[in-house]
Amino acid sequence: MTKNIMIVGVGGQGTLLTSRILGGITLEAGYDVKLSEVHGMAQRGGSVVTFVRYGEKVAEPIVEEGQADVLIAFEQLEALRYAHFLKKDGVLVVNEQRIEPITVVTGAAKYPEHIVEKLEKEHMVYKINAMEEAKKLGNSKVFNIIVLGMAAKHMDFSKETWLKVIEKTVPPKTIEINQKAFLKGYEG
Amino acid sequence: MNTKIMLGNEAIARGAYEAGVKVSAAYPGTPSTEISENIALYQEIYAEWSPNEKVATEVAIGASISGVRAMASMKHVGVNVASDPLYTISYGGVNGGLVLVAADDPGLYSSQNEQDTRCVARAAMVPVLEPSDSQEAKDFVKFAYELSEKYDTPVIVRTTTRLAHSQGTVTLEDRVEIEDKLYERNPGKFVMMPANAIGRHVYVEKRMKAMAEDGSDFPINKVEYQDTSIGFITSGIPYQYVKEACPNASVLKLGMVHPLPRKLIEEFASKVDKLYIFEELEPVIEEQVKSWGIDAIGKEIFTIQGEYSANMIREKLLKETICNQEPAKVPARPPILCPGCPHRSVYSILNRLGIHAAGDIGCYTLGAVPPLNVIDTTICMGASISTLHGMEKAKGKDYIKNWVAVIGDSTFMHTGVNSLMNMVYNQATGTVIILDNSTTGMTGHQDHAATGKTLKGEIVPAINIYQLCKAMGIEHVTEVDAFDTEKLEKIVKEEVARDQVSVIITKAPCVLLKGNVFPYKCKPVEDACKKCGLCLKPGCPALTKKEDGTIAIDDTMCNGCGLCEQLCKFGAIKRVEG
Repeated sequence: MTKNIMIVGVGGQGTLLTSRILGGITLEAGYDVKLSEVHGMAQRGGSVVTFVRYGEKVAEPIVEEGQADVLIAFEQLEALRYAHFLKKDGVLVVNEQRIEPITVVTGAAKYPEHIVEKLEKEHMVYKINAMEEAKKLGNSKVFNIIVLGMAAKHMDFSKETWLKVIEKTVPPKTIEINQKAFLKGYEG
Repeated sequence: MNTKIMLGNEAIARGAYEAGVKVSAAYPGTPSTEISENIALYQEIYAEWSPNEKVATEVAIGASISGVRAMASMKHVGVNVASDPLYTISYGGVNGGLVLVAADDPGLYSSQNEQDTRCVARAAMVPVLEPSDSQEAKDFVKFAYELSEKYDTPVIVRTTTRLAHSQGTVTLEDRVEIEDKLYERNPGKFVMMPANAIGRHVYVEKRMKAMAEDGSDFPINKVEYQDTSIGFITSGIPYQYVKEACPNASVLKLGMVHPLPRKLIEEFASKVDKLYIFEELEPVIEEQVKSWGIDAIGKEIFTIQGEYSANMIREKLLKETICNQEPAKVPARPPILCPGCPHRSVYSILNRLGIHAAGDIGCYTLGAVPPLNVIDTTICMGASISTLHGMEKAKGKDYIKNWVAVIGDSTFMHTGVNSLMNMVYNQATGTVIILDNSTTGMTGHQDHAATGKTLKGEIVPAINIYQLCKAMGIEHVTEVDAFDTEKLEKIVKEEVARDQVSVIITKAPCVLLKGNVFPYKCKPVEDACKKCGLCLKPGCPALTKKEDGTIAIDDTMCNGCGLCEQLCKFGAIKRVEG
């Protein structure tokens, strides 16, 4: 059975690194895997989405509406934007950070209130203020790995494999802080 | 077995490596850029950024004629720039194998149009292969070189964004060192003047006919017979959607989408009850198949615009309900200029002065959208300068007194330079602003002829844009720090008013450029904010208005460019070290 993971966020939040780690772990575990990313202009502060699918044999590289097993959202509004991609029993892991899109800053639109509460009524939601946690660890950049750690509990790989793949994927100088961040999300 | 996860583009680069390619040339363009970036990692291959796709293709052609395997890669609109050499080398053919990789962008993730390279290939009479995943991307590139040399033709490998930017598993093989082909002078083949080209056109027709016939036996054209009540003819990424939505249907998967293997298609069509043609963008396969008198359904139910999906088949063909939940209505989040982007500084001045801009292709195209609203036109690479010129020639010099052309440094080197020569030659009076951020920003920071560094990382003399403009005979060329708003505003006013062609080069490196350091942060000064909102006008994403109307600056986003500090009339924002 193919498992469908989505990572959504704002361009620049590190969705590509997160998907690289996800790709690495699926291969490590012996699955066939396909990932689909957004490069180019959309990365400049736009809404970005990355798809990861793994299983015995994967055909299409994207996750479509109503099919995601796990939706990892690095930002609240993006969680709301893509929530309809979740399966009925899918899991949403959301970073409670709020980044106002330019349409809100210029007053053309309003940032919706109580997003997480709304989503909790419809879906299985796990939330975290990852930015706060990352600052406590001493590096705000690793907030995405904390969120990944939280989501990792809903996938089929051991903690040790995750730590090994993080070691292989991130720049050598940042292995320790990234592993710490992962465990923060994984173990709470 | 050596298996790796590879981006489609990375797999294409690997295919070039394994095929023994020795020369690669390209101009960056989403979604093709990573092909060259990955090829550059192989020491066995000479790889360069050329100033544009025409030059890149000609470099590859030269390498092929000399007897080695060569590649040029580009995005779909780059094929337009390269089409001049492409149409004619189709006649000349090759010596060493010649492959052009064209990356189409259905869904316009990062492009100005949605054109289909297969249409160009049909007109140029060049065969096209289309892989459907990373493994095939590598394998098809290798097969393309075999075809190129066997049939004496350049071959296009066509990808789309979804393939180029998807990752999948790839089995690696060794590089095959191909012996250089002997070079022998052969004007009948490579001097395309009328007397020679007449004969080569005859050859090209024969070649395409032979490939169409032989294509029925090519291993890349695959038939999968299962349930024969439904049959699909498809190729590339859409094949994966077919497999996802109708895993039991019969499929003819075309690896070569031009010329079409007619015999194979007729045979497949005769064995299935209902035939669907599932191809993104133009009905290239469909129109040919229907012209042979075969009944098929294609664009009647599947759109010409945008990307396809498995859900499209489920919905349109299987009539399934696919989603139990409506998408939430949420504010759009379009891409924006980064915090600290030098383009924002330039645009904030143009906006304040009420100046319109003829724009160009790059991150700075974002100057067209709110809150900056400066750019009025964007057509293609280099067009900013020439469209401004056209406006002046149509309406007179006074008409463009509140206009400028804006163009990036890389785009200027690509084709802008020709347009500027035209302004000088034809006595224009317009003002061109070259937004020099020392890189090709939008595609992810590639070097070019004016940065002083090659694709392989060698340090070389940089072409000096100021001197280049001066050498054209332009008297008024000014370089200015993009963040020196006072000086820049004064220069813009002067140059726009001037009855002579002028160039303003605004300088400041892209904030995302590696090695950039940001010693400053902008901070609100307590109790000084008068809630006027002036600092919010340029739309810096680090700045937000708090509930009480005063300003908050996100510390993690601010790069300390100081634009907001310069705009604040009440000293309510201070740039500090940190």
